[in-house]
Amino acid sequence: MTKSELIAHLAGANPHLRQPDVELIVSTIFEEITAALARGDRVELRGFGAFSTKARDPRTGRNPRTGETVEVSAKSVPYFKPGKELRERINKGATSPARRAPARATA
Amino acid sequence: MNTVTRAQLAEAVYANVGLSRNESAALLETVLERMSAALEAGEAVKISAFGTFLVRQKGQRIGRNPKTGVEVPILPRKVLSFRPSQVLKARINHEPVEAGEE
Repeated sequence: MTKSELIAHLAGANPHLRQPDVELIVSTIFEEITAALARGDRVELRGFGAFSTKARDPRTGRNPRTGETVEVSAKSVPYFKPGKELRERINKGATSPARRAPARATA
Repeated sequence: MNTVTRAQLAEAVYANVGLSRNESAALLETVLERMSAALEAGEAVKISAFGTFLVRQKGQRIGRNPKTGVEVPILPRKVLSFRPSQVLKARINHEPVEAGEE
């Protein structure tokens, strides 16, 4: 499911809303989460999960193509920890891994 | 460090869209529920400029109780992983977002 499919679903379930408003609702939600993480805050959505950032120390990396060493400065990376309820929903019936959809491309 | 919850996200929707607070909260819930349902169905959820949530199947492996040392099988299960987009990573580090990336 993509963001546009999410918007389409929301629009379908709420016929009284105008399409631009539905788009604004969805973008506001992800923008607020992004802004909170950029401030160093954490976002906790009970039942769904929590977004936070994790600090990464500076390190010496290597350009895999040229073999050159490069200094990688300290940075923060976003992290999502799924909530208990969502973890359980994803796992229900996990003992029968009947996957009818073709394996998704992992990247 | 502050913690942002549903209340603040719903408030932002309320402030930006001009719906009632109740309806803003309900719409936020619909969004989270729709995403959860897709993930529950094993579907990946791709939010451009934010990231991708995807369900991965893990095979059975032998685990060990770290306290007792007893070996226990860890059954096959599904786990949810989140891959942040380049845009989100750049925003968090207050770096310019490179052109041509999601």
